[in-house]
Amino acid sequence: MEFLINLVNGLSLGGVYAMIALGYTMVYGIAKMLNFAHGDIIMVGGYTVYVFLNLFNPLVANAPWLAFLSPVVAILASIIVCPILGVAVEKTAYKPLRGASPLAVLITAIGVSYLLQSLALIIFGADVKFVIIADLGAIKLGDLIIKYNTIITLVATVAVMVGLTLFVKFTKTGRAMVAVSEDRDAARLMGVNINLIITVTFAIGSALAALAGVCSLLETPSLTSTFGALPGIKAFTAAVIGGIGSIPGAMVGGLLLGVVECICNSIPPLAPYTMAVEFIILIVILLVKPSGILGKKRREKV
Amino acid sequence: MKNLLEIRDLEVNYGLIKAIKGVSFDVGEGEIVALIGANGAGKTTIMHAINGLIPKAAGTVTLNGENVTTTPAHKMIYKGMAQVPEGRRIFQELTVYENLKMGFYIKKDKAEFERKLEEMYSHFPILKERTNQIAGTLSGGEQQMLAMSRAMMSSPKLLLLDEPSMGLSPLYVNTIFEMIEAVNKQGTTVLLVEQNAKKALSIAHRGYVLEIGKMVKTGTGAELLGDEEIIKAYLGG
Repeated sequence: MEFLINLVNGLSLGGVYAMIALGYTMVYGIAKMLNFAHGDIIMVGGYTVYVFLNLFNPLVANAPWLAFLSPVVAILASIIVCPILGVAVEKTAYKPLRGASPLAVLITAIGVSYLLQSLALIIFGADVKFVIIADLGAIKLGDLIIKYNTIITLVATVAVMVGLTLFVKFTKTGRAMVAVSEDRDAARLMGVNINLIITVTFAIGSALAALAGVCSLLETPSLTSTFGALPGIKAFTAAVIGGIGSIPGAMVGGLLLGVVECICNSIPPLAPYTMAVEFIILIVILLVKPSGILGKKRREKV
Repeated sequence: MKNLLEIRDLEVNYGLIKAIKGVSFDVGEGEIVALIGANGAGKTTIMHAINGLIPKAAGTVTLNGENVTTTPAHKMIYKGMAQVPEGRRIFQELTVYENLKMGFYIKKDKAEFERKLEEMYSHFPILKERTNQIAGTLSGGEQQMLAMSRAMMSSPKLLLLDEPSMGLSPLYVNTIFEMIEAVNKQGTTVLLVEQNAKKALSIAHRGYVLEIGKMVKTGTGAELLGDEEIIKAYLGG
């Protein structure tokens, strides 16, 4: 029974990791860069939700039948703000470095990460904001309690994964993304505007970050300027475990990491070492299969 | 004859190294022009400078009367120029069909797409058999057929071919060169870069010989094939 509870909690946490990992994997797969500011886009999404909830909650306070409106507006706002921010960051910080060494881009991404955290600290202060988007109750099956929020997170993650897979496989832009990820110059010769495709990729990645922020707040409603930092690192680990660049890989890695984390936390002697266990799993998987669980080995040109 | 492509005083540098030192040549409408030269002579560099994948240090490129010297690489196909790059560079993770769709990326007309697809499949029936196969699993010769078909999907006026015979068995080399002649007869102008000078000159109307970044000789395909020095240097005579 206890195992089942941990499994459900783990899947729920893993769903959040998976959503973040999907963003990492999209950007890495196509733009070939690790956007370490991805976690902080999640944080900005969280504050966007916070601001809009505070704007709209008083407006609907006297009309309970409109109460659903403020979370909906807040979530939509975050899905609009995050892509704008993501694309702005890409244009100002990363695009000038196209063709520079990957290390320069990586350091820049870390810089952007601290910049966003510091800006949030200046604007919103250091105190924890409690952001209750919605409390929908829970299903009780004996001792097993499954929150509706958990179900929403899982359904949303699966839907996003399926949607992304279909988008990449069946749309013209999706095919162009695969082409760019595989061979930029060949894609350019086909008439693909690389910069445009990378912009679209960042917009999608940041929209995923917004969703991840919402799911994350549904799980743990306390928001600070470092809200996205640790989940970002964990999700990056998840993406690498699953095979970075692979969409189903991000899902598998995220869920695996979430479940491992919850199970470790439930075993008292192991609980303090949860993160160590997670990173040991990463190391073992990288030793056994360096491309990750579902990562594909690139074929060498013959 | 009108010139479809005019290259004037083209220079390309790699850092401090002058790779192309002022090269000029023309490709007339309807011609097959071969650019031959040894490894490292700068053939591929010229191709990449023409299509905009690498920057030019000096010189001009004129395509169909329009100055395209600074046109970005992804716009060249809109101007009617398609390319089969060296090493084929097909999209290995996409299927044969998806690769051909990428070749049609700049266009939207569904009926035209179906027509071009059938045209390519009738040129190379093996591609039709393998339509849903992942392109990375094709043999080298099949990949080259796919790369050529992909480039022809957009119905270009000018087709640039970079080492189409590289790494292919003689049988496939013949198939590819027959295709080059066929698309040329149908009205596509061809600029062909080849190390296989004999093969290239045998189908080319005119040829240029490149040596370490400079044009050293030009003539009709037949003239160059009969030239003593060329025979000695490139034709294994």
